[in-house]
Amino acid sequence: MTPALLLVLVFMVYPTLNVFIMSLYKWGGLSRNKTFVGLNNFRILLTDQNFIKSFQNTIMIIVLVTIITISIALIFASILVREKVKGQNFFRIVFYIPNILSVVVISSIFSAIYDPSMGLLNGLLRMFVGEDFVNIQWLGNQKIVLYAIIIAMIWQAVGYYMVMYMASMSSIPIHLYEAAELEGANRITQFFTITLPLVWDTIRTTLTFYVISSINLSFLFVKVMTSGGPDGSSNVILNYMYNQAYTNSSYGYGMSIGVTIFLFSFILSMTVNRVTKRDIYQY
Amino acid sequence: MKEKIRKINIYRIFIYAALGSLAVTIIVPVLWVFMASLKDNSEFYGNPWKLPEGLKFSNFLEAIEIANMGEYFMTSVIVTALALLILLVVAVPCAYVLARFQFRGSRILMSFFHAGIFINVNYIVVPIFLMLLDWDIALRANSGLGFFLDNKFVLALVYAATAIPFTIYLLSNYFRTIPKDFEEAASVDGASHFRTMVSIMIPMAKPSIVTVILFNFLAFWNEYIIALTLMPNSTKTLPVGLINLMQSQRGAANYGPMYAGLVLVMLPTLILYILVQKKLTEGMTVGGVKG
Repeated sequence: MTPALLLVLVFMVYPTLNVFIMSLYKWGGLSRNKTFVGLNNFRILLTDQNFIKSFQNTIMIIVLVTIITISIALIFASILVREKVKGQNFFRIVFYIPNILSVVVISSIFSAIYDPSMGLLNGLLRMFVGEDFVNIQWLGNQKIVLYAIIIAMIWQAVGYYMVMYMASMSSIPIHLYEAAELEGANRITQFFTITLPLVWDTIRTTLTFYVISSINLSFLFVKVMTSGGPDGSSNVILNYMYNQAYTNSSYGYGMSIGVTIFLFSFILSMTVNRVTKRDIYQY
Repeated sequence: MKEKIRKINIYRIFIYAALGSLAVTIIVPVLWVFMASLKDNSEFYGNPWKLPEGLKFSNFLEAIEIANMGEYFMTSVIVTALALLILLVVAVPCAYVLARFQFRGSRILMSFFHAGIFINVNYIVVPIFLMLLDWDIALRANSGLGFFLDNKFVLALVYAATAIPFTIYLLSNYFRTIPKDFEEAASVDGASHFRTMVSIMIPMAKPSIVTVILFNFLAFWNEYIIALTLMPNSTKTLPVGLINLMQSQRGAANYGPMYAGLVLVMLPTLILYILVQKKLTEGMTVGGVKG
């Protein structure tokens, strides 16, 4: 009892309070002089171009990863649950594999895929286009790099959410689909009028997961794959915070970024939750 | 009628094509890493889709011995095992007490641990680092030796601490579903609370404890950012060592050992997954958020 409480207090609660308090200070992290500056750190944030860029990138990642992953996961979950597919178990096992791999491993694999001269992706394109194919710098081009990271994140997430939706879908009674079939509704109509409304509650729960995990995982992906480059174009918010607080020794400033993103994720989750509220269908 | 059968067939072909292509996009990159780990360095300059010409197992030897991946592997084993041990020893009794006994403040404690689930380590890793650094500085002033950074035990302790809230949430929910009759029978027979917990409750809660071990094994084994921050010097866990290896080998254009290192990191999790995949995908509905 006491040890658990103590561990959580020392290694979780105290550091968390520290984040909030230190966001009001100007402090390098290592020196002894801390100056209380009130909300000044937050004022600087508003005009910090790098902060704004990484905030935009984070929002872009949240939106795209959520929409694309949800669509793919729902489609495949409903195929695996509804259709009599041979090897259903095999597909479920394979789709879940990315979820057990370390993000470090996945990022490394995708670095290998995106490698300009030795990568799998350019190698594949070269086989189709021919030898005059010009290598694409997937992670070196400012316009492409963010999408490259987003694809890696989707690859990682699809299986996890698919298994979750499968669990929810398999509890829908078959007779609803049979009735719809008699009425002449095709698969797509069935999906939108039966499946989707009945798993809506699960989808809502996962929306919060998407917000939180996109913010957190994008940090790890970016850190390993590009460390924010080229030229800060793939920086995300937690990576920027880590760099400011740890590498750049602007600890207080870094913590104010942490507070901002924490409040942002909290408010976003609440809003999403509110907006998606529907009456739950009973069956 | 014929028209309809053809339509169904096209639909089924489409389904298998979709399933197949998703499976391929997941399997191929993973298999390719295994292949690349056996390639000779010169092969990396050719077509990346070619199969390896020979099986160069010396890549693994090089990764383990020269790049220290063997040592990092042991570090990871020790840290993961220690963290799991600490987590279970600390969290199981706590969850049991919270699930079964009402006392002053037990409600508050429960919601305190619940709130802890929402604290994410990515936000607090630098504050933890500075706290340990502070302790080290204080300790050095007295004894001349640092203790808290680059320490496997401290890293395991931090891992365990960050996993406590969710573990307690999961276990205490499970304990509540176990009927009280067993404990009553035990206390009639004169067993102490501790004895009841060890010989009755823990065996009965085995499924949920196994889930906790599986998920946290994966979490601790795969963890990167805490290990990177709290072990700034030569002691490293496998994922941190891997990134180190990737950077140095890419600079030295020595690719085989790099992929051998990658295989070393993911092989244990893959083997575990193959053994217990059913438990994992069933348990994950209670598994919560990743990351």
